[in-house]
Amino acid sequence: MKTGQDLELVSLTKRYGEALAVDGINHHFRAGSYACLLGPSGCGKSTTLRMIAGHEDPTEGSIVLGGADVSWLPPARRGTAMMFQNYALFPHLSVSDNVSFSLKMKGVDAATRRTRAGEMLELVHMSQFADRLPDQLSGGQQQRVALARALITNPQVLLLDEPLSALDPFLRIRMRAELKRLQQELGITFIHVTHGQDEALALADEIVVMNNAVIEQAGPAREVFNAPRTEFVARFMGGHNVIALPQGHFAIRSDKVALTEAAAGRLDGQVTGVEYQGAHVVLTVRAAGDQEVTAILPEEKFFENPMPQGADVGLSWDDAALHPLAV
Amino acid sequence: MGFFPFRVVPYRPFPVPRGRGYTIRAGAQMRNLMKNRHLSGWLLAAPLSVVLLCFLVLPIVMIVVVSFWGATEFSIYPAFQFDNYQFLFTSPVTYSVFFNTFKYAAITWVFTLLIGFTVAYFLAFHVRSLTWQIALFLLCTIPFWTSNIIRMISWIPFLGRNGLANSTLISWGVIDEPLEWLLFSDFSVILAFVHLYTLFMVVPIFNTMMRIDRSLIEAAYDNGASGFQTLTNVIIPLTKPGIMIGSIFVVTLVMGDFITVRFMSGSQSANVGRLISNDIALLQYPSAAATAVVLLATVLLIIAVLLRFVDIRKEL
Repeated sequence: MKTGQDLELVSLTKRYGEALAVDGINHHFRAGSYACLLGPSGCGKSTTLRMIAGHEDPTEGSIVLGGADVSWLPPARRGTAMMFQNYALFPHLSVSDNVSFSLKMKGVDAATRRTRAGEMLELVHMSQFADRLPDQLSGGQQQRVALARALITNPQVLLLDEPLSALDPFLRIRMRAELKRLQQELGITFIHVTHGQDEALALADEIVVMNNAVIEQAGPAREVFNAPRTEFVARFMGGHNVIALPQGHFAIRSDKVALTEAAAGRLDGQVTGVEYQGAHVVLTVRAAGDQEVTAILPEEKFFENPMPQGADVGLSWDDAALHPLAV
Repeated sequence: MGFFPFRVVPYRPFPVPRGRGYTIRAGAQMRNLMKNRHLSGWLLAAPLSVVLLCFLVLPIVMIVVVSFWGATEFSIYPAFQFDNYQFLFTSPVTYSVFFNTFKYAAITWVFTLLIGFTVAYFLAFHVRSLTWQIALFLLCTIPFWTSNIIRMISWIPFLGRNGLANSTLISWGVIDEPLEWLLFSDFSVILAFVHLYTLFMVVPIFNTMMRIDRSLIEAAYDNGASGFQTLTNVIIPLTKPGIMIGSIFVVTLVMGDFITVRFMSGSQSANVGRLISNDIALLQYPSAAATAVVLLATVLLIIAVLLRFVDIRKEL
């Protein structure tokens, strides 16, 4: 059942002159879900986000939030808030003034602004930094401030443009957990643009994979990962082999590929690389038709019957693990 | 004193030829000398310091020294007396001339700031493509291909009693007889100042504006700021250092000017620069020097006050 705050994109299109950035996409974001727009750079995911935010005008189509067409409303009147990639904190304002900026614009008095900013900073654990300037904060702290600033407007949808890309790997994982916690606590929709599939898998209730200005596949994280519908999705999500068989193209997870004696499997090949990775061993096999197939074997299983580089092997799998791909 | 920017030069050992004792010893001494950071720092700073010392500090010291000298109608004699200053501070002319100078500086500052900010804002935020920005910016500098004086004088046929402005206004029927205040008035002086010096306001402000992250403006918009609110809450505060640098340029240029006031007022108004230039014309060097010292002190004081308001170090 649709609730009031669902966000819907209806044949949303954006052209820059001749170039098509977003090509008539349709999608329905459920209220209160964590959605990731995933895709390589230039696929139109950021443009889509900016159109939802109101920083780009759609060429065609509309954006419907809670049943109302918001396509032509100014950003602040849409019920969305955006967190920018580089956080875009005002360098001349203190943390507290940054957070309460939107209240100041509305003409709220200073005392109320201060209190509300304090509440938001509490939410992101930044209370003790209220009087600092953005320059005096680390990247992770700046991000928390940016979050607080976006959330103070009580948005129904929070839009995050590659929020973790400026952080170091360690902090990225911590902030990832933090984002998820906040989203669950607040119960609002988060739309998070990223080009990292691990980030998307870790966070998203729903992943929307985009490529070449269109949505390639959308669905729950597990579904997108386990049953990619196109070759692009299979390759982009990683952990998959795309193999051509007489019946057509198929995707199969690397850890669902088993090795057998030569000529005993469904596809013959030669081991071209063996990489020990601790818990498992990654083998690359050059199979018939000059296809490269990766097999991930549990460590103990591999060492029961180790295959040296250059060995002839057969590849086998369960039919259930094969996913036919649309061409 | 922290005047000279020190840069630490990494010490690179060089191969010393072996075999002859004195060479090694000389090499070691040289190396010890080079290791001394203070020495290499001073050496690096020396050329600029010498230039500044010879062409800035010494002349100013000279002016200060001469300002205490004495003068008669036909001679100047070294002395240490306060006659020049006493005369300066007791003459009512000084005060009215200084007042006039401040008035020109203040009014010119207001107009150059308004025009300069608007032009810079247009260039930085409304012109989207870099090519156009550069082209329009260069267009602003084209008048500088001719000299100040020519640009100034070219106003005279335009503003004169029977000039273009008056004859056009009369032919349009806006006025019945020529406006007298168009030329040789405070109006024309300030007009020329604004014309000559607005670019000095445009350049630093444009420069600062170009450094403002565009996403800040989107962020302001996202937070519900109107265009005007974005201007007052984000753009102006972030442009302050540029405004300050431009203000220093304009104020010092106007305070030190004498030729514009002379030409455009038809020698009917005076500012401190003209006071000095008249003294020099009369070979009253000590009196001119004293006025110059007072002017210099005034300008430095103004700059010091301006710098109290805004930290421009970020810009440098």
